[in-house]
Parts: sequence; C-alpha cells; structure tokens
Amino acid sequence: MSRRVFKFRLYVAGDAQNSVDAIANLTTICRKYLPGLYDIEVMDVFLEPARALTDGIFMTPTLVKLAPAPVRRIIGNLSRTSLVLQALGLEGSAA
Amino acid sequence: MKNPTKAPTGIAGLDEMTDGGLPRGRTTLLVGGAGSGKTILALQFLVHGAQACKEPGIFVSFEETPKRIVANAAGFGWKLGELQRKRLFFLDAQPLPDSIQAGNFDLSGMLAVLEAKSGKLQARRIVFDALDIVLALLPDAAAIRREMYRLHSWLLAHELTGLITLKSDASAVSQPFGFMQFMVDCAVILNHSVVLGVSQRNMRVQKYRGSGFHENESPFLIGKNGFDVAGARTVGRVGAKAVNERVSTGVKRLDTMLGGGYYRASSVLITGFAGTAKTTLSGAFAEAACRRGERTVFISFDSDANEVIRNLASVGIRLDRYVRNGCLRMVSAGSIVGSAETYLVGIKAMVKEHRARCLVIDPVSALSKAGNELTAHGVAERLIDWSKAGGTTLVCTRLLDETSGQFEGNSSLQVSTLADTWIHLNYLVQAGERNRGLSIIKSRGTAHSNQVRELVLSSAGVTLADAYTAGGEVLMGALRWQKENAERHANEITEVAGKHKRVMLDAEAAELEVRIKSLQVELLAKQVEMTLLTRSAESRKGELSHGRSRMRELRGADPALRGRK
Repeated sequence: MSRRVFKFRLYVAGDAQNSVDAIANLTTICRKYLPGLYDIEVMDVFLEPARALTDGIFMTPTLVKLAPAPVRRIIGNLSRTSLVLQALGLEGSAA
Repeated sequence: MKNPTKAPTGIAGLDEMTDGGLPRGRTTLLVGGAGSGKTILALQFLVHGAQACKEPGIFVSFEETPKRIVANAAGFGWKLGELQRKRLFFLDAQPLPDSIQAGNFDLSGMLAVLEAKSGKLQARRIVFDALDIVLALLPDAAAIRREMYRLHSWLLAHELTGLITLKSDASAVSQPFGFMQFMVDCAVILNHSVVLGVSQRNMRVQKYRGSGFHENESPFLIGKNGFDVAGARTVGRVGAKAVNERVSTGVKRLDTMLGGGYYRASSVLITGFAGTAKTTLSGAFAEAACRRGERTVFISFDSDANEVIRNLASVGIRLDRYVRNGCLRMVSAGSIVGSAETYLVGIKAMVKEHRARCLVIDPVSALSKAGNELTAHGVAERLIDWSKAGGTTLVCTRLLDETSGQFEGNSSLQVSTLADTWIHLNYLVQAGERNRGLSIIKSRGTAHSNQVRELVLSSAGVTLADAYTAGGEVLMGALRWQKENAERHANEITEVAGKHKRVMLDAEAAELEVRIKSLQVELLAKQVEMTLLTRSAESRKGELSHGRSRMRELRGADPALRGRK
C-alpha cells in the first residue's frame, strides 16, 4: 500500500495558548499516524496578516490539509484527536 | 455639537440622544432582533465616518457576504463603491461551512488581519456585524468571555471606535449578553414590534459611560437615506426664535378676531365635528399663503386631493391655479402608509422638498388611527416642534367624534395643548336650524375675540357674519337674518321721517321768504309814497310864493315892499 504524503499548513497566532497547543497536538498525531509521511508548514498570522486575509483565516489556530485532496480546514487546537483523524480520513488507522 | 470624545453617527436623532455620537475610541454594543436594522445602522455609522469625518472604517461581517450588504444598502445613496476604494473595507469573516472544529480556538487570526488592514487604511472606526455567529462556535461561556475581552482590549489598544452588533434573540448570546453590557461603554437597543398591524421601530440608549444621554425610547424609521431617528424633544426647540409676523387666515374677519392673523411659524389647530368646514378654513389659509407667493403643502388624509380642490372651489377658494403654478402641493395621504412615524418622516421630506413655508394637515387625527395610539402624541409633538424650528406655519384640523363629545379627553393625541392657536368649529342648533359657529378657544400671545361667530360659506367665499346677541345668545342663520332685517327696517323708518321733517322745514322757510319779499315790496311802496308826498308839499309852497310875487308884479306894487309881507 503506497502511503501518500500529507501536506499541512497550520495557521497560528504567535504564541497564543491555543496555537502552541495546536502545534503540539498536530505533531503528536502526525508522529503517531503518519510517521515520515507528513509535511507541516507553520504560518504565523501576526507575521503574515496579508496572507491570512487572502486565505480567509480569522479563527486561529486553523489547520489546512492541502494534500491529498480534498482540501480540509480544521479549526481549533486539535485537542479532540478523534475529530481530527476523522477529518483527515485516518479513522481506520486509529486502532 | 462637535465633541472630541464622540464619534458622530450621522443619524441626527441618535447623535442627539447620545449628545454627539458614540464614544470615540471605545466600544459600543448594538443589540436588536432579526430585521431590526442593526446592519444598516452600523454601516451608516461607517459611511458617515468615511464621508464626513475623515475616519476610514472597516466592516467585519460574520453573517452576510460584503457583496450582499453593499447590494442591500445600494438604495440609500451612500456611494459605497466609491468609498470602498479608499476609506471603507469589508472583511468577509463568515465561518466556512465545511470547516471542522476540533478544539478551542480564538480570534487572534482575525485581529492580526485587522491590525494590518487598519494600519494601512488608517482606520478609526470598526464594525463587527453579527458577532454572535462566531461566538456561537465557541465551546463555552468562558471562551466567549475570553474572546470578547480579547476583542475589546484590542479595540481599546488601537483606539478604534468600535461597534459590535448582536442579535438579541440568539441563544448563544443570551447568557454572555449581560456581561458584554458591562464591558462596553455604550449600549444601544433596537426594538421592532408590530402593534395592531402597524410596524413600530424604536431605539433606546441603554447606557453610556461618562456621558449624559436621553434614556427614553425613540421611534425611528429606515427611510430613503438610512436611519431616521425621531430624536429627543427640546433640542430642536433651542434657537427657534419667536416671530411677531402675522399671516392671514384667509378669512379677513377672522384675521381681525385674532388681532391680525396667525403668528408665522405657529401651529394652529382647527377642531370640529364632521362637516363644520374645517377643511374649508384650512383651505382658505392655504389659498391666502399661495396668494402671498408662499410655497405650501396641503396634506389631505380624508379625501383625494382633486376632490378637495373641487370642493373648496364651490366656496370660492380656488386652489387649482396654485397647484398649476407649482406654489401649492396637494398630497393625498394615501400615498403615505405605515406608522405615525412614517407619516412624520414623509411629511418632513415633502415639506423640505417643496421648500414650503406653510403646511396644512387635514386632519391630523389620522396620525392616531389604529395601531398608532401610543406614538401619535409624540409624533404630533415633534411635528409641531419641527415646524416651529423650521419657521413653517402649521395648520392642522382634527375631527371630533360626535358620539364621544366635544373634547379629546380620552384620546392619545392631545394636540390642543400643544397648538398655539385653537379654533373650534361647531354646529349651533337654534330655532330649528343648524349653523356653523366659530370660536377661538385659545391663541397664545394674541388678544383675541371671545365671541362665537357664525361662519358663513357661500360661492363668494368664506366669511364671518356680524354677531348679534339676544338674551345672552349669539344669533345665527335665519334669526340673525331676522335681526339684521329688523335693524334695516328701523333704519329706513328713521330715515324717511327725517326726510319728511326736512321737507316741512323747507316749506316753512320758503313761505317765510315769500312773506319777507312781499313786505319788502310794501315797504318800498310806502317809501315811494312818502317821497311823493314831500315833493308835492314843497312844490305847492313854491307855487304859492311864486304866485304872490307875480300878482304883485301884475299889480305894479312897490318892489321895496317886497320885503314886507
């Protein structure tokens, strides 16, 4: 079974608690369920507000799964792992 | 009304209520039910800032796309397209429907975007429209509270004048709503209700830290140019100066009764039962105004404008020519529908558009018809204040209900206490006749006649008849005619008697003159006789002596003897 590489972009708001938590949670999930098959780009909206505007990011943190298709948006600090896995189409791997 | 601590909204009534506008650099909460006009008010606040105060603004929309908001507001003539290029920015912050929520989040992202945008735009005002939408996504009350504080402190830090709108009936808001009211510096509540089928909108300033404000609910309308708030009373009053100029009532003898006519810019109330010639009297006023060349608006609630013109023409009041030359604008009030407030706004707009100096409302009681009982009085009050402030002379009629008696005691519309002049028309039944009686119940600042006069309508015009009293009652109609006739009759008799006397005296004088003449002739004759007598005596004497000397001569007597006798 060929494993696809997951491309993520995580929009964070500086070192706000939710953002810090989101980075940690995402890393944990990826390490566990997508070892070696993930690519995370962290974007700080405070540093690149224009980008956040064009991407329509108003609630932080927001995780965007760019690949594989379809593109998915997940809002929040990703503390609810089962919801995240479901959104990423990884629920089967949870076991 | 410039106040550095206030950000004017451009909505006259609201600026009046808040004594200058929303708190500058602070946050205001705008709460109202669905369709209460929150978005329009918020947008108008930004538009006014961008257009008139050089304060660019940002509109953050959580519920509608900016495109739709702009389209909805297109009718107000705010030139949003032009403003959007430089001074107005719409941020579409609607939560995406397909996004999944997994855990806590916050609004930092939005604030980061806004921070960048407001810096670039030099924004001074910002609106968060329908914030409840995003608040509803937050997991609990604590999170809502946290995000509200985040937003509030961000606004304060950037000294932006913020306006947050919330739906009052949104369940997500009901609980934190209370705490939000404590957080913000100003809270405005919009209320939309339907009373007996008539839509009534009200606005109330609930709190305003550090400033006085009018606490009462104030009716408003969403009109042609956006919000139109009735505003507090008193304010319009200041600066309205009392005028001594008089304007004709259109009935000469009524002018005399009032000591010269109505005061300019005063309000006149004409009350009476149906058919007592209220419309006629107000029509006479309108005609007189037009004759002076003063632009006039005549609003008829009861009948069609053309009918009014026709009916008034039958009593010699010709309004058609003034309608034709544009001096007079006749309005059938069927063209205005809705609450009393709507009427007021409509009337104001028409008077302004026509640049009218005189205004007739026939009858003003139409304001208080079903569904408007509670608001009509306030509307009438403001109508009078407004016309006074604008120097418009207002004549309104009011129909009295024959069954409920003479006074409008139980009615909500007590214009009579507000009006400067109150003319009452009624029927007086006397000797089997019904005649129109006119009396001036009050006229502020005028010495006025206290007599009940008969109002006489004829094809030649409207006038007041002379007053005849008999046994303490004013005579009218046929009785008056009788009295008038009797008086005329008596006059004739005296006149004839006088003439007769004169003729007699003339005859006597003539007779005397004749006698004088004949006596004079007689006298002359006597005088002639007398002279004749003297002359004949002398001549006889001369003859005698002459005769004697001749005789002597004849006798040849001695002349020396001539000396002796």
